[in-house]
Amino acid sequence: MAIELKEVTKVVGIDTHIHETSIKLEEGRFNILLGTTLSGKTTLLRLMAGLERPTKGEIWFKGANVTGVPVQKRKVAMVYQQFINYPNFTVYDNIASPLKVIRLPKKEIEARVHKVAELLKITPMLKRMPSELSGGQQQRTALARALVKESDLVLLDEPLADLDYKLREELREELPKLFHDSGATVVYATTEPAEALLLGGYTATLHEGRVTQYGPTPSVYRIPQDLLSARVFSDPPINTASITKRGEKFHYNETASWNVSERYKALPDGPYTIGFRPHHITLEPDNDESISVKGTVVVTEISGSESVIHMSVGHDTWVSLSHGIHPFKRGDAVELYLQTDHCFYFDANERFI
Amino acid sequence: MKNTKWLAPTIYILFLLLPIYWLVSMSFKTTNEILGSFSLWPQEFTLNNYITIFTDPTWYNGYFNSLTYVMMNTLLSVSVALPAAYAFSRYRFLGDKHLFFWLLTNRMAPPAVFALPFFQLYSAVGLFDTPIAVALAHCLFNIPLAVWILEGFMSGVPKELDETAYVDGYSFVHFFIKIFIPTIAAGIGVVMFFCFMFSWVELLLAKTLTSVVAKPIAATMTRTASTSGYELGLLAAAGTLTIIPGAFVIYFVRHHIAKGFALGRV
Repeated sequence: MAIELKEVTKVVGIDTHIHETSIKLEEGRFNILLGTTLSGKTTLLRLMAGLERPTKGEIWFKGANVTGVPVQKRKVAMVYQQFINYPNFTVYDNIASPLKVIRLPKKEIEARVHKVAELLKITPMLKRMPSELSGGQQQRTALARALVKESDLVLLDEPLADLDYKLREELREELPKLFHDSGATVVYATTEPAEALLLGGYTATLHEGRVTQYGPTPSVYRIPQDLLSARVFSDPPINTASITKRGEKFHYNETASWNVSERYKALPDGPYTIGFRPHHITLEPDNDESISVKGTVVVTEISGSESVIHMSVGHDTWVSLSHGIHPFKRGDAVELYLQTDHCFYFDANERFI
Repeated sequence: MKNTKWLAPTIYILFLLLPIYWLVSMSFKTTNEILGSFSLWPQEFTLNNYITIFTDPTWYNGYFNSLTYVMMNTLLSVSVALPAAYAFSRYRFLGDKHLFFWLLTNRMAPPAVFALPFFQLYSAVGLFDTPIAVALAHCLFNIPLAVWILEGFMSGVPKELDETAYVDGYSFVHFFIKIFIPTIAAGIGVVMFFCFMFSWVELLLAKTLTSVVAKPIAATMTRTASTSGYELGLLAAAGTLTIIPGAFVIYFVRHHIAKGFALGRV
């Protein structure tokens, strides 16, 4: 039990930034906070760091209540989206600064700084000033400073968001390895579902100041507890449709229907909601469970080898992701195949069933 | 066309430099030559004016007095404005924006308005004719300006820098002195320049609040056309020497000022 929030709320003025939240993050693992901007990721990180005090509730760290403990005494490390380094210190002094503050012997500081510099591949830059580094190197310096402390809790607030594509990929690959070896509990905030999947570990989905679901990343992705979690953890956005169950069939708009699978046989008749990811509605049927839906193209985006087709079906607008290049024009009629075996079914309260 | 590009700036610069040239050239002339005939450069070159200033205590003490209160004022203004500007840039409190604007309105009144109250007040508490009197009086104008400029520079530093330092274990004071002040060194340079300049050229308060002991150079310079008749050469030499410190300060902070302009606060 590295860090636990107990019934924490955060209210600033009249805005509630965090609604009552209780969450216990996995010790020594990569924990991802996934949510859009303003969903409360940064606030949660700041509460965990001790930069802000919760309005209500308690924060426990390694079995002790640390709610009122100032950040200087928390022994946490934090890296921001902006590349924050001390501009008047060299890279070496930047990395060494948390160790200098606790007055470690010079020999040990040197050894530890060189070790993390080696890990983060910035040894040749140690004598430079942060302003003389590229963005990627600046962020590596900030990460090195977080790593050198060997703190038990490392908070990363979208550390890769400001990096360009190549550097982001490179660093994203290294990150889990770096922190896995240190044994620290890592909390990583990101807006990108793909990033959460690539980093693995555990994921908490956030929406408007609420944690909607927390669990191992793949299972949060595969079995969203409710429609909200499914929406947060999907890019491009998840498609939804209102359906009705009547006996052995699910009906959509009276234009399409399919057999109720074994799992849902016992459900009472009535309205339900389905959610399906863009790559589960395609131009080609996947198997017998795929049903045909006809719609009108709104816009087509083509990215290399894939086509993203936005189309309207009745009152709904869906996004489809298909392989190959399909340059449909606005207004074209299309027939797409919905893979009903890959749909998430939600009840009237939008809970996963 | 290409060959005449230099013309306009050259004329402009010549025009700007003319009064300075005239002052410097006068300082190397004798008073008789200045009053007697029109000459573009000194006919009887003399250093006597400068020698008088460097040997006569009533002259050189004027410089000492001026520099004393100018430096006092600069230090006071910067050390008071640093924490104030930090508060304005980092915290939100009731009426902060109004207070911030009110600070600046202090500069809207001419210094002359405050001459009488300061004179009476300082006479009453025994500060009259001391350098600290002038330094304190100039603070009324310099501190608001210093807060205003520093706030701009400080707001340019992300608040995450402060937080990173706290996370790393720095206390507030430790962070402020070791990291924050060096980070906004350019801003402090600009502020010192403005405080120095205002205090160095301000005449009215400096003259009103001193008589003999703390008499500033500006006062000495404007009074000398008295007992021994006109001493124009001497005055010109004193004027030349008064320009020099300002030119020095501008030279040293010229890059910082450019940065300050870029940040939109100077």
